[in-house]
Amino acid sequence: MSAATSAPLLAVRDLAVSFHTPYGVVRAVDGVGFDLAPGEFMGLVGESGSGKTVTCRAMLGLLPNGRGRVDGGTALFEGVDLLRMDDEGLRRVRGRRIGMVFQNPTSHLDPVMSIGEQIGEVVRLHHGLAAGAARVRAVELLRGVRMPDPETRIDSYAHQLSGGMRQRAMIAMALAGGPALLVADEPTTALDVTVQAQILRLLLDLRDSQGLAIVLVTHDLGIVLETCNTVAVMYAGRIVERGPAATVLAAPRHPYTIGLLGSRPGAFPRRERLAAIPGQPPGPGALPTGCAFAPRCGHAEARCAAAAPTLRAVGDGRWVACVREGWS
Amino acid sequence: MSGASLAEVARLPRLAIVGGAMILAWIMVALLAPWFAPFDPIEQDLTRTLLPPNLQHWLGTDNYGRDVLSRLIWGARLDLQMGLVAVAITFSIGTVIGAIAGYVGGFLDTLLMRLLDVTISFPFFVLMIAIISVLGSGLAGFYIAVALVGWVSYARIVRARTLVLRQSDFVLAARSLGFRPARILLRHIVPNAIAPAVVFSMSDAVLYILLGSSLSYLGLGVEPPTAEWGVMIAEGQTYIATAWWMTTFPGFAIALLALAFSLFADGLAEVLGTST
Repeated sequence: MSAATSAPLLAVRDLAVSFHTPYGVVRAVDGVGFDLAPGEFMGLVGESGSGKTVTCRAMLGLLPNGRGRVDGGTALFEGVDLLRMDDEGLRRVRGRRIGMVFQNPTSHLDPVMSIGEQIGEVVRLHHGLAAGAARVRAVELLRGVRMPDPETRIDSYAHQLSGGMRQRAMIAMALAGGPALLVADEPTTALDVTVQAQILRLLLDLRDSQGLAIVLVTHDLGIVLETCNTVAVMYAGRIVERGPAATVLAAPRHPYTIGLLGSRPGAFPRRERLAAIPGQPPGPGALPTGCAFAPRCGHAEARCAAAAPTLRAVGDGRWVACVREGWS
Repeated sequence: MSGASLAEVARLPRLAIVGGAMILAWIMVALLAPWFAPFDPIEQDLTRTLLPPNLQHWLGTDNYGRDVLSRLIWGARLDLQMGLVAVAITFSIGTVIGAIAGYVGGFLDTLLMRLLDVTISFPFFVLMIAIISVLGSGLAGFYIAVALVGWVSYARIVRARTLVLRQSDFVLAARSLGFRPARILLRHIVPNAIAPAVVFSMSDAVLYILLGSSLSYLGLGVEPPTAEWGVMIAEGQTYIATAWWMTTFPGFAIALLALAFSLFADGLAEVLGTST
């Protein structure tokens, strides 16, 4: 992992985000931290509601208006703290240095604007190209994301394209400003399996050809194993385990990661029951005082309830947040 | 909800095509009035007054000997213009106010919506007449009154859509690409928000055509001797027992134009998946 040794492109420390709901203030992300090197492909894994998406959106200042709030932490990107930036500064980072790809390409594309216009709009904003040059560039970008027949598709509207082509169009939009980091929030969840593989292949190629760093939010550990250099596993708003994807998934050390891997169906299902993790994840308003996973953990001890364990280095670039690591 | 192409126009429901064709026909009549009209619409010929429909005067003549058909054709210009200009004014003002109120929110939204409530709380027609009686009759007064009163419906419709679209996924995507709020509002929210307003504007045009001719009938709009359908009906009502053609044909014309816009509005609503 040569990429992991160079200076980080993005360094997140102690990120905390809370939501103001009618039922009170809820801590959605608590003390999240990780490094991302240029050209690194990191998987951010966890169940629904574990704070993956909130983490990504908080970095770009795209939390829901008036409800989500960053309570603390830093997110140094190319030497500047994104969390302390004003709107004007964030607008210069968004699209230009950090691109974002969303889960559902159908609803994230403007229905009344052709994809060429939408891509051209980004190119014109960030690179000041004239309309004609922007159109040429849009065709290039569509070809770069392997859109079939880009010269014709450029004039299509979102509803005229297949799901895979829509996602390619959205990736082209996210890349139009020439970013160094691409945040992909479950980019393949809404697609069928064959298209999923093509889109992941495309992301890998973009990483290799352009040195793009990618944060891939997903709940699919298989995808992480196939594509990511590193992985961070989130549970109830915290990162519980982090490290090189291959070693973390081959030999997980946090009980939650172990449970998550055990509950995955294999490619050729045997006649045995999937090992589900017992219980439910805690609601964000009802976090236990100690380790959030302790109520569901087979190894829970008395000290688990005392205080939430922090991430500790356990060697080989791996970090685990569990009392059984580092103390014993 | 998509950019209209020829293929999509071909899929319009039959009602919309019939309505659209009727509107186009009226527009042609209005534009080509100097060539279509067999006689001068205001030239009097006191030797040929109150003639019933005949081969020379297809729709008869009025009490000053003017050709009713020619006045009807020239009147189409004014009545169509009143409907379309009034809608253009109210649509533009209402869309701008609605979009800004919905997108900016907060105090500005509250202020604009209370202004809207005050305007709506007066009966529409009474308020129009009150404003025109202050400004004086005529087309200019009509348009100013329309602008002051008519924006409210569009503002409501566009604001409601803007509130929804502001939270939509593609607006989030646009923000993630670094666009400014003004650009997001103008290029992404407004084009998506106006579909129901466009449908409404078609039935609104009917309202303004009826309103314009009603005001002219009451002597508050276009003034005689100009050829306008409301004026024609007002002048003809004295003779309704003896010269039915003076009032009946302009009445038909108003009904036909109103029907055209209504049919088109219904068809458009079906295509755009909205209801009025």
